[in-house]
Amino acid sequence: MNEMNEVRKPPVATTGIIGWLRINLFFNWTNSLITLFVIYCLYQFIPWILDWTIFSADFKYNYLGEQITNQEMCSRNLDPENGGACWAVIYVRFYQFIYGFYPKVEVWRVNIAYAMLALALLPLLYAKLPYRKYFLYFTYIFPVIAYFLLNGGLGFTEVSTNKWGGLLVTLVLGCTGIALAFPIGIMLALGRRSKLPVISMMCTLFIEFIRGVPLITLLFFGMVMLPLFLPEGIDMDGLVRVLVAVTLFQSAYMAEVIRGGLQAIPPGQYEAAKSLGMSYWRMNLLIILPQAIRISIPPIVNTSIGLFKDTTLVIIVGILDLLGIGRGTLADTNWLGLSYEIYFFVSLVFFIFTFGMSRYSLYLEKKLKTGINMGAD
Amino acid sequence: MSEESIISLKNVNKWFGDFHVLQDVNLEVKKKERIVVCGPSGSGKSTMIRCINRLEEHQEGSIVVDGIELTGNLKNIDNVRKEVGMVFQQFNLFPHLSVKENITLAPIWVKKMPKAEAEELAMRQLEIVKIPEQANKYPGQLSGGQQQRVAIARSLAMNPNIMLFDEPTSALDPEMIKEVLDVMVDLANGGMTMIVVTHEMGFAKTVADRMVFMDEGKIVEEASPDKFFNNPESDRTKLFLSQILHQ
Repeated sequence: MNEMNEVRKPPVATTGIIGWLRINLFFNWTNSLITLFVIYCLYQFIPWILDWTIFSADFKYNYLGEQITNQEMCSRNLDPENGGACWAVIYVRFYQFIYGFYPKVEVWRVNIAYAMLALALLPLLYAKLPYRKYFLYFTYIFPVIAYFLLNGGLGFTEVSTNKWGGLLVTLVLGCTGIALAFPIGIMLALGRRSKLPVISMMCTLFIEFIRGVPLITLLFFGMVMLPLFLPEGIDMDGLVRVLVAVTLFQSAYMAEVIRGGLQAIPPGQYEAAKSLGMSYWRMNLLIILPQAIRISIPPIVNTSIGLFKDTTLVIIVGILDLLGIGRGTLADTNWLGLSYEIYFFVSLVFFIFTFGMSRYSLYLEKKLKTGINMGAD
Repeated sequence: MSEESIISLKNVNKWFGDFHVLQDVNLEVKKKERIVVCGPSGSGKSTMIRCINRLEEHQEGSIVVDGIELTGNLKNIDNVRKEVGMVFQQFNLFPHLSVKENITLAPIWVKKMPKAEAEELAMRQLEIVKIPEQANKYPGQLSGGQQQRVAIARSLAMNPNIMLFDEPTSALDPEMIKEVLDVMVDLANGGMTMIVVTHEMGFAKTVADRMVFMDEGKIVEEASPDKFFNNPESDRTKLFLSQILHQ
């Protein structure tokens, strides 16, 4: 009797490491062949890339032990047989990559802004943070603090935005664009679905116009044409003009993404909310949008990552973001020819941010899935 | 009608495109009266009760609910919806909120009730529908019958004078129909004014004060359950009853 009830274990060959290997890597002979080929490629590539980026690379000193101050002193330029990447260029130009041309005496302000950005993101990243509510209040007022801190005013000396650059510009454009485009996108999406023809037509026109124009065109538009619309005597800051263009661009895309989510909400949800006496805004804020945004998380993050990378286009209107500083460094005769190192570094920094965003979206999806059943069963 | 009606439909007409879905519908419902509406699918019975809380708009005629006429006036519509609760075939619970939050949401946001009071109210309503132990679960974790009972509790929490039921048991497994009907019978015995669209003839015989039979957008027959089931006037009703009772 007891023996009958004993739980039968699955065959050994299908569990554990060996089982996993058999099922996933050596299932049949084509599968095995591909596995072996991939292992061979990795075997060729990994030692080489590790050697180039780390073991044979110069970080601050070349192989003679001298501190590197220009490209001629890089090990790989002194002795082409010997030496890998010359990271010294990043080391020497690090300040510019991170702060642009921000005055050195005032740079503590940028550092504080970076630290505050991390603090402001904290309650969004960890739902279980103690005292999360108070951290969120900070998140809401952070943009105002950051504005005065970076730009000046309230007792801080003014630092003109044409001195900003590098990661600072990339983060300002990316964060502001994403944060502002989200609420504007929601309003546009609701507007486009509105039953009032004037509102719906205006929103549709706006979305279609902005989506139909390349971002570069919008950037030029912001640079050249936006001042024409402003009353005379008011001079709009260059970075602000670009920000307006980026935000408009992003909100049009965000609107379409959220509209997709809205369309997935069954009509019964609207009817239930209405039958309980909810007004249009309550219904949308409490019932419809929470569900629509939840469904749209993957595409929302997707367009946000897209925007974060597209901010590099501002180089075209003369603003030096991270990539812009990289290009500028390459044009310097001291560092001519170090494009591998510079592009590798710039890519790595972008990758760290975008990969973080993508992991965050996975975390959100997992967290919000709790008990959700959209009635599709 | 001599007595005061709480719901009054007069010569109501509605079209979906060219399709004339409600044709000169007249219906008077008195306070505490229980009406069961039946008829073949596509006969306009759902559309009729959805007009009563303005989920659908009628194009001709007049609908007066508790003294408020339903027109384009948004304030009137809001006021009527506060008086009228509705239970749907597909439950339509809010999947992103727990059972308790589903029930407290409208009292808190529409009636401005303090949160603690609303939660107490929610627990009382869950006792009435006999599932207080499910308060912290999400709709997706409940059976169909439980979900429909939560939906009833959610409507009741707004303290409506009138309850509309739109085929409340049609999406349920046979085993779960009884638990929902039991709750509805309790409600009827408690004196709620109810209009129920259903094919549950057993339920109709137990609780209905009046049967309304609809076909092709018209009310074909209105009678007491006794007369309706034993001695119907119209041939269309006889055919319908023979099909539904002897399948």
